[in-house]
Amino acid sequence: MVRLRSVTKSFGGAEPAVQDVSFHLRKGEFAFLTGASGAGKTTILKLIHMLQRPTSGEVRVSRYSSNRIKRRDLPDLRRRVGYIFQDFRLLENLTAEENVAFALEVTGVPRSRIGPRVQKLLGQVGLAARARALPRELSGGEQQRVAVARALANDPLVLLADEPTGNLDDRASLGVLSLFQRINASGTSVLMATHDAELIRRHGDVRVIELEQGRLVFDSVGESET
Amino acid sequence: MRAIREAVTGIRRAPALTVLTVMAIGLSVFTLGLFGLTAHNIDVALSDVERRVEVVAYLRDDASEELIEIARHEIESYPEVESARYVSKVEALYEASRELTEFSDVYSDLEVNPLPASLEISLRPDFRTPDDVEAVADRLSGYHFVEEARYGREWVDRIYSLRRVAGGAAIILGLSFAIGAALLIGIAVRMSVLARAREISIMQTIGATDAYVRRPFLVEGLVTGLGGGLLALGLTWATYLTVERTLLSLAWLPDLWIAGGLAFAGLLGMLAASGAVRRELRRLDAY
Repeated sequence: MVRLRSVTKSFGGAEPAVQDVSFHLRKGEFAFLTGASGAGKTTILKLIHMLQRPTSGEVRVSRYSSNRIKRRDLPDLRRRVGYIFQDFRLLENLTAEENVAFALEVTGVPRSRIGPRVQKLLGQVGLAARARALPRELSGGEQQRVAVARALANDPLVLLADEPTGNLDDRASLGVLSLFQRINASGTSVLMATHDAELIRRHGDVRVIELEQGRLVFDSVGESET
Repeated sequence: MRAIREAVTGIRRAPALTVLTVMAIGLSVFTLGLFGLTAHNIDVALSDVERRVEVVAYLRDDASEELIEIARHEIESYPEVESARYVSKVEALYEASRELTEFSDVYSDLEVNPLPASLEISLRPDFRTPDDVEAVADRLSGYHFVEEARYGREWVDRIYSLRRVAGGAAIILGLSFAIGAALLIGIAVRMSVLARAREISIMQTIGATDAYVRRPFLVEGLVTGLGGGLLALGLTWATYLTVERTLLSLAWLPDLWIAGGLAFAGLLGMLAASGAVRRELRRLDAY
């Protein structure tokens, strides 16, 4: 599904942001990507989403390789890989349902199919009643749920979440996490970057990949399985 | 259709920015409009002077009128010649006494008409260069009944060099103004695109193709460009009216120039938007 082989990413500084990282996220797997701020978590997610190109090594997502992918293939890749940001990145002038519909419009889904699909997605994240609300009228947790619904719009194979609970209180964080677990249970792989050790501790059964200064220092699945 | 809908939405979302962009484009195209108005009026004035370029063939007194009429027809068939008018001795005297009123007494006291008959030849607009005028004068001198062919060589030379200087200056200044306008439009549209960088990055993240992202901006660039062009047209018209009513009589711009100016503004708006979005997409994406 997602495979990183000896990936190094340097931005020209003294130390690379990511150095010789390898792991494999299987279909339907849930994993935490953890580490302190600046450890390279966001860079790893951007490399998988192919917003960044590795300096060396290879990132593979489904049938796409970072070494061979063409620019014209990027939209298709990104429809298969949902991305959720810490700051939600919703369009402020669009309502919750319009934000979700937007993700379907850009991929050319016929208008007649967008309405029912949006209702279903908002129902899935528990926001059917807030469909007409603008982002500023929603709480942080609700905004993140809209962002999740948008990321799920095109049935991605994998969901990347960059500190999705970073701006949320404990209750909202748990709500978002349980939403991810439900999504994962339906077959979508989830890779969630977080530095929240407490959150990870509470979910001891989930795979943990830990980065330190750009290097992979721990993977609970074990070296043999990567 | 989606591109148009999105463009309208984009304009509605940031009306102040759209107005600012239209104004920036409008003011930069306005400088071009003012230049166009000046260049056009210089052209009109020069054409007016050039229209007076003519060759006068003074005829011998013994030339028969039948022969002159045959020659006049022949001369009118020259490619350079617009018209050839026969002025008899009597007409020459009458015109001279009418035009030079201070000498009217002298003319009326004459016992013999000293003025020769002539053929006044006016030239087509494309054949008013010194070389063409001289060539026509030389051919006229070839007729045995022509005493002398005159055309005011110095005057023709001056008008011609003035026309060349004005033409060269128009091209250089026009290009400078056009490049200046293009740069300003580019900056204004780039600002508008940068203000929506977040939206572009969101579209990119959720899998929009480059063409999908670019299309509404192209429509928006075209609309703001045309809006700026119309604003410039209005400002140029207002300037024209003010000058016309208070300072001097002016000629308004030809329709083709107006259409060209509007198309220029619209096209530049669109190209600037395309370039700005393209740069933004490349900046956000490493591939």
